[in-house]
Amino acid sequence: MNREDDSVAWPLLTRREALIGAGLGVGTAMFHLHLEPAAAQPSAGPSVRFDDQVGVSFTTNGRELDAVVDPRTSLLDHLREAQGLFGTKKGCDHGQCGACTVHLDGERVAACLTPVVQCAGRTVETVESLERDGELHVMQQAFIDHDALQCGYCTPGQIMAAIACVREGHAGSRDEIREYMSGNLCRCGAYENIVSAIEAARSKMEA
Amino acid sequence: MQPFSYMRAGTVDDALAALSQDARILAGGTTLYDLMKLGVEAPQRVVDIARLPLRDIRLEDNVLVLGAGVRMSAAAEHPDVGSSAPALSEALWRAASQQLRNMAALGGNLLQRTRCSYFRHGAPYACNKREPGSGCAAQDGLSRHHALLGGSEHCIAAYPGDFAVALAAFDAEVEITGPSGARLMPLVDLHREPGSEPQRDTNLRPTELITAIRVPLVRAARASTYHKIRDRESYAFALVSAAVGLEVEGSIVVDARVALGGVATRPWRSREAEQVLIGRSFSEGRAREAGIAAFSSARPTGHNAFKIELGARAVTDALMIASTRS
Repeated sequence: MNREDDSVAWPLLTRREALIGAGLGVGTAMFHLHLEPAAAQPSAGPSVRFDDQVGVSFTTNGRELDAVVDPRTSLLDHLREAQGLFGTKKGCDHGQCGACTVHLDGERVAACLTPVVQCAGRTVETVESLERDGELHVMQQAFIDHDALQCGYCTPGQIMAAIACVREGHAGSRDEIREYMSGNLCRCGAYENIVSAIEAARSKMEA
Repeated sequence: MQPFSYMRAGTVDDALAALSQDARILAGGTTLYDLMKLGVEAPQRVVDIARLPLRDIRLEDNVLVLGAGVRMSAAAEHPDVGSSAPALSEALWRAASQQLRNMAALGGNLLQRTRCSYFRHGAPYACNKREPGSGCAAQDGLSRHHALLGGSEHCIAAYPGDFAVALAAFDAEVEITGPSGARLMPLVDLHREPGSEPQRDTNLRPTELITAIRVPLVRAARASTYHKIRDRESYAFALVSAAVGLEVEGSIVVDARVALGGVATRPWRSREAEQVLIGRSFSEGRAREAGIAAFSSARPTGHNAFKIELGARAVTDALMIASTRS
């Protein structure tokens, strides 16, 4: 088992460089001087180590966690099965439907196609993070006000995508909303009301 | 999914060392991880290159240099990309969804594998790309999304990407690093036609890594567009697409670039269409003539012959859009 916390906390510092630094017994100042040339010197010898179980530390909805995972595990399965966060839905499991949309370092991604090992040192936000002190996020409230759902299965993904869409500045018109929300399918066909909800929430989010 | 062992590369050297031990590259994950879930890909070892410092976008003299690790969404919205080569920006934002564009890296996007259903979904259907020697179920199967250009009796799987098609039009090169150092390869040489070895998508060696993409910013790149025709107006693969650029002096075309997507086994530069345009006056009739020329060597199968006319019109429309930008 290998804990990769070092490379998480110090993304510029590889294990190889750390080992070289330790082996030479150099001080901190020398050590930092060593970093730049090391990247350009293949002769220093690269480090190769493959692991069947991988340690990852990351933050979900403000909560830090350490986990040891099989590298096959998707962020989606980890959220639902290891963290008990069932708000993020599994639709197609192939990045085609958008039901699993979450924010990774503030950007919307498909959790089903994100190996959880790639979340190391990063911040994940799911639909469960939106409610604050009993108050729904304006996007959640707008979906209710505009009847922007029928069965509701795609809704958490729609809402996470919609919030990112507004923050990105891609909700300027109904057409732009349609283009930038096209990765979220709604088989009940609530699209008109989803667009209306996003338009309304955009005004409040930007106010 | 088959179990695999994992390594996160901190440097390009680490990644190359991992590749020398039979590892497959994981960048954004949108192709490899997807195909691993389907059982089409089953690597024993995976090297994750997402943390490598390959995320720069810069202008070097008159060359746009895009790091292989730049995300599609970042490149699509970068001001230098949109202003210097609108076809590149359009090819990016008209591909996939914003979620996938936030994940997928440019280098990985170039290497996206075909969406041929027989390739992706396996038994009981034959596929020479997935299992060499098994046959090609597409030849007599549902071929609406298959290639009319560059196919062979062994494979007619279409190259699905958009960005590489736009790059092909503008003589882009890929920077490749391997055990014996770095080399430059013309983008049009990166992807292979299937021939008798459909399992080999590209001329990239298993021990090599794409580190950057270089695009010479000719005038025709500034007056360019990526025109994509789909069953659904957004978030769909191209039925046919055309990346075009024009440089017109007076009314005479001095440079023309035409590349096709969705209809060929690799990003398809159409010199035939360009030759119709270069040195002659530009008109809608000439654009139409170029569109027809682009498909002169097309070999349709059961369900895709409609793309010859659709494609000719897509090229025509793309040229008309580009002409307003030159």
